[in-house]
Amino acid sequence: MEQKLKLQVRHLNKIFEDTKGGEVVALRDVSLEVRESEFVMIVGPSGCGKTTLINVIGGLETASSGEVLLEGRPVEGPGADRGMVFQGYSLFPWLTVQKNVEFGLKMKKVSAAQRAKKAKEYIDLVGLTGFENALPRQLSGGMKQRVAIARTLANEPEVLLMDEPFGALDAQTRVVMQELLAKISRTTGTTILFITHDIDEAVLLGQRIYVMSRRPGTVREVVEVEIPGERDHNSLVLPEFLATKKRIMDMLWQESNDAAMDR
Amino acid sequence: MNKEKRKTFGVSEKLLSLICFLLIIMFWCVGSYGGMVKDIFLPSPSAVIEKIVSMARDGSLWANCWESTYRVLIGWIWSVIIALPMGMLMANSRKVSAFVQPIIEFARYLPVVALVPLTLLYLGIGESQKYTIIFLGTFFQLVLMVCDTVSGVDSNMINAARTLGASRMQVYREVIFPAALPGLMDDFRLTIGWAWTYLVVAEMVAADNGLGYMILRSQRYLATDTIFAGLILIGLIGLVTDWIFRILSRLVAPWQERLTDK
Ligand SMILES: Nc1ncnc2c1ncn2[C@@H]1O[C@H](COP(=O)(O)OP(=O)(O)O)[C@@H](O)[C@H]1O
Ligand SMILES: [Mg+2]
Repeated sequence: MEQKLKLQVRHLNKIFEDTKGGEVVALRDVSLEVRESEFVMIVGPSGCGKTTLINVIGGLETASSGEVLLEGRPVEGPGADRGMVFQGYSLFPWLTVQKNVEFGLKMKKVSAAQRAKKAKEYIDLVGLTGFENALPRQLSGGMKQRVAIARTLANEPEVLLMDEPFGALDAQTRVVMQELLAKISRTTGTTILFITHDIDEAVLLGQRIYVMSRRPGTVREVVEVEIPGERDHNSLVLPEFLATKKRIMDMLWQESNDAAMDR
Repeated sequence: MNKEKRKTFGVSEKLLSLICFLLIIMFWCVGSYGGMVKDIFLPSPSAVIEKIVSMARDGSLWANCWESTYRVLIGWIWSVIIALPMGMLMANSRKVSAFVQPIIEFARYLPVVALVPLTLLYLGIGESQKYTIIFLGTFFQLVLMVCDTVSGVDSNMINAARTLGASRMQVYREVIFPAALPGLMDDFRLTIGWAWTYLVVAEMVAADNGLGYMILRSQRYLATDTIFAGLILIGLIGLVTDWIFRILSRLVAPWQERLTDK
């Protein structure tokens, strides 16, 4: 059962300079590991540095110190080996669903026929068959996010990085998308690092959860999630789910309490 | 329901524009046929139309319109060719921006008319002087507009492209350019309008054909009807250009949602 390490984050620090020249410590000594085919969550209150962390891993930002290793090799800058899905979908509005999903393959100069075939596969995986020729603006939020997921998966990244991808969706759609993602994780074995401030989401999807604390952003604890059976909406009421949720809520409450007492 | 409302509003908007034109023509008719203004200051509508028809017959209308349009196009196209990559670079590189922005900001406040003597000195009275005037009049503004439009491209989209494996060049070609295209078309449409202003400046200074020249020469002979004909032609060409650009915008960016749609 011991799988090989896919992604390692070691002693990462990130300091921003604010407009007045002061320093904002967004990440302090963050270390974490993601094994092959694992579904790892990072949960923490907003402003604790989650987006900064995933952007550093994705190569969109550079760390002040520390390193990110993908299969043992340090990463530099963005690359197709680390696919990202953002809260705002970031689809290309001038491209159809099909062309959006083909985008990464086109950048790699994959032949048109192969692109089309692969794209179809992933459009099917996210349940959008029949919408190949639709433009993003004709789709609902949930469907847009399906396109974004298919677009990233079609690139077959080593690891899928997701930054609050369902944060803008309504509660019902969110559960549907969570189930879809759980299924994709099961069937494709994609390694996923997923960020959220929603504890339910973290416990429902994660095999392991890193709980981050606010200011300076650092990992407070690691929680292994043991929930029997496939993860779907039924998991939300299992005693194991509720127990884990309670544990994390207590941690985060403690955290907010400490923060409040600081003032 | 919402759409319905917008539609009726759209119709009344068009009607209002039409009414405005009609009102102006009406005042014109009253002023001139009513004998309130001398012919030499305000030629009658029929005289102006006759003038346009006679110029169309002897061919000078087409020749002058074409000369002017050609000059505008050449000067403006050069300005687009250089401003487009430069504005894109400025938008995406702080260094390039720091290097050229101050001089462009400076140059853009220089009235083109004040540069005419220099262009005459350097280039004489040939065609290249006219192109240069139009270029100078539009280029500095256009660079800044392109830079602004390109800076407005959603950075999340650029980030998405980069994490999908796009190289810097591919990001420009496959994301920034298409995303900015509708905005760029608007920038182009505006600057080609200004190009007409500078064309007339250029043609009034040193030319022996073109609409600007026609207007200037008419003043010498007190041929007010020709002046009016020239003005109306320039206005009409402007309207047509605008219209062509609107159609082009729709053609190159059909994916864009437009508030004025339907
Ligand atoms: N570009 C930046 N410049 C200055 N401060 C920043 C920048 N980006 C993020 N921060 C700060 O870093 C902290 C963490 O932000 P972020 O990573 O977006 O948190 P989260 O995603 O968990 O809500 C916040 O205090 C934020 O204000
Ligand atoms: Mg965030």
